[in-house]
Amino acid sequence: MGTLLKNMLRFILLILVQVYVLDRIHLHYMVTPYIYFLFILWMPFEGNRAAQMLIAFALGFTLDSFHHHPGFHSAACVLIAYLRPFMVNLLISQQGAENNYQEPSAKSMGGFIPYLVYAGMLTLVHHGWLFFLEAIQFGDVWYFIVKTVFSTAISLLLIMIVELLFSRKQAFRTNTV
Amino acid sequence: MHNLFLFFRRYFNFIVLLLLQGFSIYLLVHYNNYHNALASNFMNEVTGKVNTQFNKVDYFLKLRNTNEALVKNNERLTNLLNENFERQDSSNKIVNEDILNDTTGRKRKWQYFSAKVVSNSVSAQNNFIALQRGAGQQIKKDDGVVDLNNGVVGIVTDVSENYAVVMSLLHKDSKISAKLKRSGEVGQVIWDGKDPNRLSLIDIRKSALVAKGDTVYTSGFTTTFPYGLMIGTIEEIVKDKGTNNYILYLKSTANFYNIQYVYAIENLQREEVDQLIKNANNKVNN
Repeated sequence: MGTLLKNMLRFILLILVQVYVLDRIHLHYMVTPYIYFLFILWMPFEGNRAAQMLIAFALGFTLDSFHHHPGFHSAACVLIAYLRPFMVNLLISQQGAENNYQEPSAKSMGGFIPYLVYAGMLTLVHHGWLFFLEAIQFGDVWYFIVKTVFSTAISLLLIMIVELLFSRKQAFRTNTV
Repeated sequence: MHNLFLFFRRYFNFIVLLLLQGFSIYLLVHYNNYHNALASNFMNEVTGKVNTQFNKVDYFLKLRNTNEALVKNNERLTNLLNENFERQDSSNKIVNEDILNDTTGRKRKWQYFSAKVVSNSVSAQNNFIALQRGAGQQIKKDDGVVDLNNGVVGIVTDVSENYAVVMSLLHKDSKISAKLKRSGEVGQVIWDGKDPNRLSLIDIRKSALVAKGDTVYTSGFTTTFPYGLMIGTIEEIVKDKGTNNYILYLKSTANFYNIQYVYAIENLQREEVDQLIKNANNKVNN
């Protein structure tokens, strides 16, 4: 399957799952898990960063359109798309590993822990920025902090479950850097 | 000049980040402008079509509740029928030929239009509801929206050809003029962004007579809702320390988790009233 087709399918599926399954969940009137930004976490190592940010904006804008209030998810998605390469550089185990595999996963990042940190940090940033933008209108700091922490935990749990259920097969491409 | 180009090349990604963040936050703050824009119309039609497909499943699963609400409302309406009341004398039967004016000179002010809900949310801080009925089917901007039992749901903020978007009461900008049934005090119903089905009534003086379980309904002071539509009942009474007012927490009449059909209420005399207020404002300002 071509990279483009694969990513288009992911885009559509993740948005549909988010809108029609996860957005209905509202634990304790507080926690709604988000996993649609897995699309951004799973984007290939290679590629123009500006273009990746634009695609992230499109992803966020699509979800926002379903909520009829644009801006929240677009802003959060663009931010994590910008931070993603830094996280990859920081956490990847050996130099040149991003040339051996196509996209971030537990295998390509050299272990489950680095990948968990990668996903966890970006989830925290995404949720933090998203809820911050929501919270400045209501202005309740504690509610914002508690909501961010719990939502991040639940989202991360779901992301790891998705990761285990749908293992992405990745060929080892080459060892010549 | 050379340095300028170098600067742009060096920080190109960061500049793109700032631009996109700026654009997102602009959209977020000025969403009223967005609602008038062409892009919003297009996206409404697209999300409306997708929502309609998925709603078929949801609708089927919630048929039982919808049916119960309809039966209840039907009972209420049937009780209002003329046939239920006996006339003692043999006066002539009155036949209305015109819907807008009846023979006693009354004029229709409010008209109800039923609409199917295709998407609804309670989990966000700003919730909207999408209806499968738009400008082409007589829904207008600023129509009031109520559920099957006449509980207030929200206000239409945006219409496209076949779909309409309703700002639910569960939205930070939602503000409804409301009245306490018992004491007649008038305040505003808002939402604090936390618990769905729990609204706040503010601007009620501490001297007002309030009790748990009191009914709160629309005041009829705006051109959006008729007088006397139920909003909720008082659940908790809190004294606001900073001001001379109460904060009254209400249990909403409409169950926002479970809305399948709503009525949009059009005010047929809105233009006249709006025009009058506009004229008065112009006179004051000039």
